[in-house]
Amino acid sequence: MTWELLRETLLLEQHNTRLPVLGVAFLGATAGLVGSFLLLRKQSLLGDALSHATLPGIGIAFAVMSIMGFSGKNLPGLLVGATITGLLGVLLVLAIRKTTRLKDDAAMGIVLSVFFGLGVAILKMVERIPGQSAAGLDGFIYGKTASMVWSDFILITVILVVTTAVTIAILKELTLLCFDASFASVQGWPTLWLDIILMALVTSVTVVGLQAVGLILIIAFLITPPTAARFWTNRLGWMLLLSATIGAISGWLGVSISALYSNLPAGAIIVISAAIIFLFSMIFGTARGVLPRYLRHLQLKRKVGRQHLLRSTYEILENSQKNKPLKNLPISMELLRKHRFWSKGELLTLIRQARSEDHIERQPSGELRLSESGFGEASRITRNHRLWELYLIKYADIAPSHVDRDADMVEHLLGAEIVHQLEAELDLSKPTIDSPHTIEPTELGLQSEPTT
Amino acid sequence: MRPEHPPELPLAVHDLTVAYHRKPVLWDVELNIPEGTLSGIVGPNGAGKSTLLKACLELIPKTSGEVLIYGKPYADQRDLIAYVPQRESVDWDFPVSALDVVTMGTYRKLGWFKRITRPQRQQALEALEKVGIGHLAKRQISQLSGGQQQRVFLARALVQEAEIYFMDEPFSAVDAATEQAIIELLQELNAQGKTVLCVHHDLATVSRYFDYLVLLNMRVVASGPTSETFTRENLQKTYGGKLNLLDDVAQALKNVGHP
Repeated sequence: MTWELLRETLLLEQHNTRLPVLGVAFLGATAGLVGSFLLLRKQSLLGDALSHATLPGIGIAFAVMSIMGFSGKNLPGLLVGATITGLLGVLLVLAIRKTTRLKDDAAMGIVLSVFFGLGVAILKMVERIPGQSAAGLDGFIYGKTASMVWSDFILITVILVVTTAVTIAILKELTLLCFDASFASVQGWPTLWLDIILMALVTSVTVVGLQAVGLILIIAFLITPPTAARFWTNRLGWMLLLSATIGAISGWLGVSISALYSNLPAGAIIVISAAIIFLFSMIFGTARGVLPRYLRHLQLKRKVGRQHLLRSTYEILENSQKNKPLKNLPISMELLRKHRFWSKGELLTLIRQARSEDHIERQPSGELRLSESGFGEASRITRNHRLWELYLIKYADIAPSHVDRDADMVEHLLGAEIVHQLEAELDLSKPTIDSPHTIEPTELGLQSEPTT
Repeated sequence: MRPEHPPELPLAVHDLTVAYHRKPVLWDVELNIPEGTLSGIVGPNGAGKSTLLKACLELIPKTSGEVLIYGKPYADQRDLIAYVPQRESVDWDFPVSALDVVTMGTYRKLGWFKRITRPQRQQALEALEKVGIGHLAKRQISQLSGGQQQRVFLARALVQEAEIYFMDEPFSAVDAATEQAIIELLQELNAQGKTVLCVHHDLATVSRYFDYLVLLNMRVVASGPTSETFTRENLQKTYGGKLNLLDDVAQALKNVGHP
């Protein structure tokens, strides 16, 4: 009956998993929000150093509380300890950065591993404290979906609400800091303090997330949602919203699944959920995903090929006829191939495309002929190409013999507006410059690209 | 108050020394920039041109010395200053639009916690129109050309409505049309009595663009009105030994007095 159980867990109908599922979903939303700024500030690795540096604090807090006669596993106490050594780790990175010439990544690598090693050692030592069981403390390393009690849930929720509220209150300031810190500083914003506030926000998410996600993987919970969100949008507002949503969903899914299989660490499942969303976003993301980008590239390539074919046909017609206006006569495949050194396969593909767009017709003799719309299009494309060539000669000081290739690259991107500008700029009534070709005045009235 | 740096000067630098990792980059810089000038800071690579700007704006620590803006320390005069950093200093992949970036210029007046509202956006849009790219306001900044990005930075400085403009290489790697648009805008600011201070690297345009000149090579080699300062002797002192630049210098000298 695992499906039934999963459904009930996801929908919060299961009594003993309700609190952790809710808590971690909320944690995910906050992590997505705060993590966006950590990512944009390019401080992901500092966040990682911070989370690893919390481990000694947990061990020490346990020892101190045990010796003072309290329960060593009091959650608020452990989190305070984690916060203290976590911040110490960050301060140490900053101190190394300031006083030595070590690069950032080296400083963070050292702090991260040393603090973690220290933490592991301390955890082993506190196991020997009599009268207290340290078992379960290593849950902070990989995370476990412990049955969360009400008081823990309230504590976590309060911290997360405060963190979210502070982040939203200084959204504008954080954005400015991440985009252009020196401009912010010239404007009089206290950039050092803003950085400290950002690190404090990251700290509170990290510390709260220690129990559920574990300190090794919490950084993925902070960084994966915003990177995934970035594939879908170029606007910060949407990115923040999306990142929070992705964080919440991966937390919700991850904890629900791991709650059903007690030997699965929650942190791992949460991060895998986030990674699946990330992978999906990377491929399909509308703003910068791989697939949409590839499709756009393919589209451009197709457009360029089509324009080359039409222009070549037009140029062959021009070369073979002395009289104007130009007559649309059939031409042979061979002639076309020689004109641009196409391979047979390339040319056949181009022709197939052009035929599907109704620009070229195949004659019964096997020869090719421009359709009526194809002829107009070919004339427009050829004209744009030459306008651009002329512009390059006149303004970019390129020798007429070299211009054909350069014009080739750009002409495909010329929009109607630019063509009008070119015409105005070049003042076609005064033929003062040598062009490698002739340019017709706007005989067909088709000079600008139809808006698509 | 030092008699050699009267308080009516928009920028006075006294005995400024800056060092990176104990290696001095600027030595004993003494400088007075008169009000209402369009001033250029010129010198070879590594001469500390950008460092001078950044030290004046307290972006990097001074080893010694003092910078006065209209006779007062910089921290008291922030409202009078607009800064255009080098274009490469930020990540243009950042998920914001051109309008968003320009709006950042209004944040100081807006203050802590306040949301951006219509007046700020309107002001930013006007500035974008002023630099000729109002139609690109909604465009994500990575989809702008280098020249357009520079114009965005300029618009952000314009909305600050400052008295002194610090610009770090505003003409570097922009197209000719943008260069023209920028210089026209600077001249317009200048005509309104604002002071503009530009780090500049193209000797060929110095005499055309600037009426006041600072020749810098770790120290101030010469400063004064361009017509007096932009001489063969001063340039040799500034660029001395850098043979590959002599052609540039010769070309630049030809242009002196022939705008």
